[in-house]
Amino acid sequence: MILQSVKMAITSILSNKLRSLLTMLGIIIGVVSLVVLVSLVNGATGSITDSINAMGNNLLSVSISDDHGRPVKLTDLSAFTDDGTFFRIAPAAVSTATASGSYAEESVQLTGTTAAYLDIQGLELESGRFLMKPDLDNHSNVVVVNADLATEIIGRTDAVGETIRFNGKSFLIIGVLEEDDSSINAMSGDTLRAYIPYTSLIRLSDSVSLDVTSFCVSASGDDMDAAESRLENMLLERFEQDEDAFSIFNQSSVAESMDSVTGTLSLLLGGIAGISLLVGGIGIMNIMLVSVTERTREIGIRKAVGAGRFAIMLQFLIEALIISLLGCFLGIGISWTVIRAISVIGSADYHLSPGIVLLSIAFSVGIGVLFGLYPANRAAKKNPIEALRHN
Amino acid sequence: MIIFQDISKIYRIGDEEVRALNHASLHIFPGEFVSIIGPSGSGKSTLMNIMGCLDTADEGQYLLDGQSVSNYTEQELTRIRSRKIGFIFQSFNLIGNMSALENVELPLIYQKLPAKERKDRALDALKKVRLYERRNHKPNQLSGGQQQRVAIARAMATQPSLYLADEPTGNLDSNTGYQIMQLFHELHDRGNTIILITHDESVAAQADRSIRMKDGRAKEVAV
Ligand SMILES: Nc1ncnc2c1ncn2[C@@H]1O[C@H](COP(=O)(O)OP(=O)(O)OP(=O)(O)O)[C@@H](O)[C@H]1O
Ligand SMILES: [Mg+2]
Repeated sequence: MILQSVKMAITSILSNKLRSLLTMLGIIIGVVSLVVLVSLVNGATGSITDSINAMGNNLLSVSISDDHGRPVKLTDLSAFTDDGTFFRIAPAAVSTATASGSYAEESVQLTGTTAAYLDIQGLELESGRFLMKPDLDNHSNVVVVNADLATEIIGRTDAVGETIRFNGKSFLIIGVLEEDDSSINAMSGDTLRAYIPYTSLIRLSDSVSLDVTSFCVSASGDDMDAAESRLENMLLERFEQDEDAFSIFNQSSVAESMDSVTGTLSLLLGGIAGISLLVGGIGIMNIMLVSVTERTREIGIRKAVGAGRFAIMLQFLIEALIISLLGCFLGIGISWTVIRAISVIGSADYHLSPGIVLLSIAFSVGIGVLFGLYPANRAAKKNPIEALRHN
Repeated sequence: MIIFQDISKIYRIGDEEVRALNHASLHIFPGEFVSIIGPSGSGKSTLMNIMGCLDTADEGQYLLDGQSVSNYTEQELTRIRSRKIGFIFQSFNLIGNMSALENVELPLIYQKLPAKERKDRALDALKKVRLYERRNHKPNQLSGGQQQRVAIARAMATQPSLYLADEPTGNLDSNTGYQIMQLFHELHDRGNTIILITHDESVAAQADRSIRMKDGRAKEVAV
């Protein structure tokens, strides 16, 4: 019975191709806007979340504004990792310096830190090595630079062994980081970074001393909230319960709020697209009502040869459903093309997100049934005699 | 066996009341070939629609094979139409975007027959009306007489015992009408009940018996 209804529906859709296509247009536009918009948002936020995650999901950064006479000494830092909550700790003093090399002179961001920084921040080396303990002990003038700095100042990425001058002092390049193409770094602007031993930065910059005012730690486990409150308690104890003495920056909370922002964005765009799908559904209902009126006589004939209400109902309902689903599949096909085109033009990598494809199919089925129901019921209720008399 | 007892059908248009059937009574026995004649508007089609369970009477009793149809639900009436009755109309009433074969298969679809059996039976019926070669033609590719033969094949497909024909030759020339009447005689010879409305006295005379309608009443006439 259902198979037969599907056949009849296809016959009737094909016997009026242009009208069927125009009817589908609403659904097609709705599906394309839904799928394309949400896929693009997902693609964009995916790369942002990726780069946030790449910066270390178990990362906490601390900056101290008031040490209450009990400054955190460089040598004190290791005490934080004693109870096992925290895995690694590294100071992170940031200042700017003018870097000059064989190729150019630029203002760069200079970070004074220790060996642990590499792991905590999840940085990857392209060549050479990162800072090591002897470098700190000896106040060595060695530097690890990022790929951008290497190309800008030295002129190429294989810069290990070259020297570079920061504020006139010359440093030996011992390592170059991998190129970081994640969009968040591109957005944040100052892409020229250099990492030198903390102890060397003290000599280079007046604002940096053995009293560490900012450092970063990586948590041992996955529960970042627990790690954060543990760290907070440790610092409160040290700074006489003064909450304003320091601030903790939780990397995973950034990822979370990013997620919630993009979630809202998807919902908003999805909502707009959902409305256009709804309009498409009303279009289907409109055409189905016209079709039911036009085919009144056919309905009468079917009833005369033994079709019951249910059979007629099913036929028109399935017709609405097929129009809606066909529109949906066309829409998905067009979305795929559009997304490929955007990927090529924008040289980014966007994909149809499978969730939204499934959602749009479910939505189309719902709309087909919802807006097919009323016309189908109208058809099923027709009196056979009056229907047969209809011209 | 068809028994009409005091059947009335009343249409109200505004304040006016039209009695399309006015206490009509009649008997039709299984295997009979009965013609119904009468002036336009006398209630012939109304009578036939009630007989075929397409419509229901407002007053009176309709017994079909011993069962009172008067208070049947729509679903039960549908079932009777599907199982017992074959309709043939003056204007053929084929579905335009379906081939002859598909039109003949239609009543079998509603009987939920499996596809293979459906096709066999439909082709068989088309052979009986000598239109097997035209099975893939659409109605608008067939002549009037051929279309009516497809309609008869469609009625035959479900093998009903009761054929109801409302002026089946009304739209056809006398020669084509003659061919159609031959098909009805063949059906009658196979033991089926045929009830046929006509304006043509010579057609009416071919039946076992004629019923004359006048002002919504039925009256038997001698042949
Ligand atoms: N739906 C309706 N509404 C109002 N009056 C109707 C309706 N159907 C039929 N009638 C009336 O009932 C009467 C009988 O109609 P019916 O169609 O049965 O006549 P008929 O004998 O078949 O006529 P014809 O030979 O012209 O086909 C007519 O007066 C007609 O106007
Ligand atoms: Mg009539």
